[in-house]
Amino acid sequence: MSPTLTDTGVAASDPSDGLAVLEKRGSTAETFGIPLAVLAELTHRCPLQCPYCSNPVELDRGGSELTTEEWKKVLTELAEIGVLQIHFSGGEPTARKDLVELVQHASDVGLYSNLITSAVLLTREKLIALADAGLCHVQISFQGNEPVVANRVAGLKNAHEKKLDVAKWTRELDLPLTVNAVMHRQNLHQLSDIIQMAVDLDADRLEVANVQYYGWALKNRAALMPTIGQIEETSRLVEEAEVRLKGILAIDYVVPDYYALRPKKCMGGWGRQFFNISPAGKILPCHAAETITGLEFLSVRSNHSIAWIWQNSEAFNRYRGTGWMPEPCQSCEFKEIDFGGCRCQAFALTGDAGNTDPACTLSPMHEQIFKIAETEAAADNSRFIYRNFAGGTLETGGEYGA
Amino acid sequence: MAALRSRNISVSEASRPLLPRHAKLKFDETRQVWVILAPERVLAPDEIAVEVLQLCDGVRSVAQMVDQLAEKYAAPRDAIATDVVAMLQDLADKGFLTEAREKTS
Repeated sequence: MSPTLTDTGVAASDPSDGLAVLEKRGSTAETFGIPLAVLAELTHRCPLQCPYCSNPVELDRGGSELTTEEWKKVLTELAEIGVLQIHFSGGEPTARKDLVELVQHASDVGLYSNLITSAVLLTREKLIALADAGLCHVQISFQGNEPVVANRVAGLKNAHEKKLDVAKWTRELDLPLTVNAVMHRQNLHQLSDIIQMAVDLDADRLEVANVQYYGWALKNRAALMPTIGQIEETSRLVEEAEVRLKGILAIDYVVPDYYALRPKKCMGGWGRQFFNISPAGKILPCHAAETITGLEFLSVRSNHSIAWIWQNSEAFNRYRGTGWMPEPCQSCEFKEIDFGGCRCQAFALTGDAGNTDPACTLSPMHEQIFKIAETEAAADNSRFIYRNFAGGTLETGGEYGA
Repeated sequence: MAALRSRNISVSEASRPLLPRHAKLKFDETRQVWVILAPERVLAPDEIAVEVLQLCDGVRSVAQMVDQLAEKYAAPRDAIATDVVAMLQDLADKGFLTEAREKTS
């Protein structure tokens, strides 16, 4: 008798491989059972204006959002086909007036629910209502460890103070808390303090997520790209904290791939273990996929089931597995490890989503990308373009945080 | 608050563990396996782990659980105790197991 627990990890950034564990069949590359977790982007509306927002530059307007009944139908369908967890995200999911109702419905159909929030719209009463509706986990984004940097990055006064309040309420209600810290050149100097803040807030997990450069973040790359020195220091701090805080705070670390040697296993492989649903109901292989032009993404409003879209649609099958890969990926010994990296990044930087992700040293563009990162970081232009429905607004006044 | 943290428990035969409300043990009908749902994680416990976890009701002590399993499997109690405590400690370290306790020792 030797009881074991296998951690199958469902986070998109998680390197371990959930489906391979739960659905042993065929080769690793060809495995694409129904995802364990799905990201529901309920809305693109958000009171924050973070310059690295992961939403597309072309935001879905409020009027195009799925209705309450449509989302409920989606949740029911997800549970029926075998999805186990639902991440309610956005935009800011609490901007939806029906969030409590949707969380309750997720509970009713047996989905484990996570709330990924900026927290600034939450009241204590609202959080209690969400907990009563069966919410299982709260993840709050932080832009820094103190208001000056944090509120400037968020583009909203008093945001940081509000986040601290909501984090406290979360733990008072005995809900598990994840602190999500998105890191870049202008806040990496706060990392030690952010780690301590997470401990002080009694968080269970901390995500130290270096900005990934698509969409809004790509627009703001010059203002956000860290220096190599910062990245080395970050890795050292995270490694040290992981040892020191074992059993107190779990830390997930997302490295910035411009400085990496190997590309990230983006989404665990295109169409392999993850999809998300956009506010207007499109089923996407990742939240940035709509940046790739020329792919048609089907909606839950089409006459196809979600399972059919996942399994059969052209967009999901285009880069699924390894058959689509050109050289140098096709003959690469790592092709089933990183799946050629990120399709969105390949598209953004090379103009073809089918190319090797330039984050990989084997990409002919790798050297150039590395140099851009170094140059932009050194130039130290810190002015943000804030995220909004108008296509972005340049930061005004002050000295741009200098 | 820090002193009340229920996550950093040290599992012994005297512990009366239970799953916290954010860790849900569930049979996954689609994949026909037991899973533990937790924040950003799905754990796949094996048959024995499931059997142990189903005994974690906050009332039974680990010692009672071990007695029960030793009898059922006609196996040496010491070996079972070692395995069960190690597994529960692993789960506790990941924050997926809490402890019912009336008193602090």
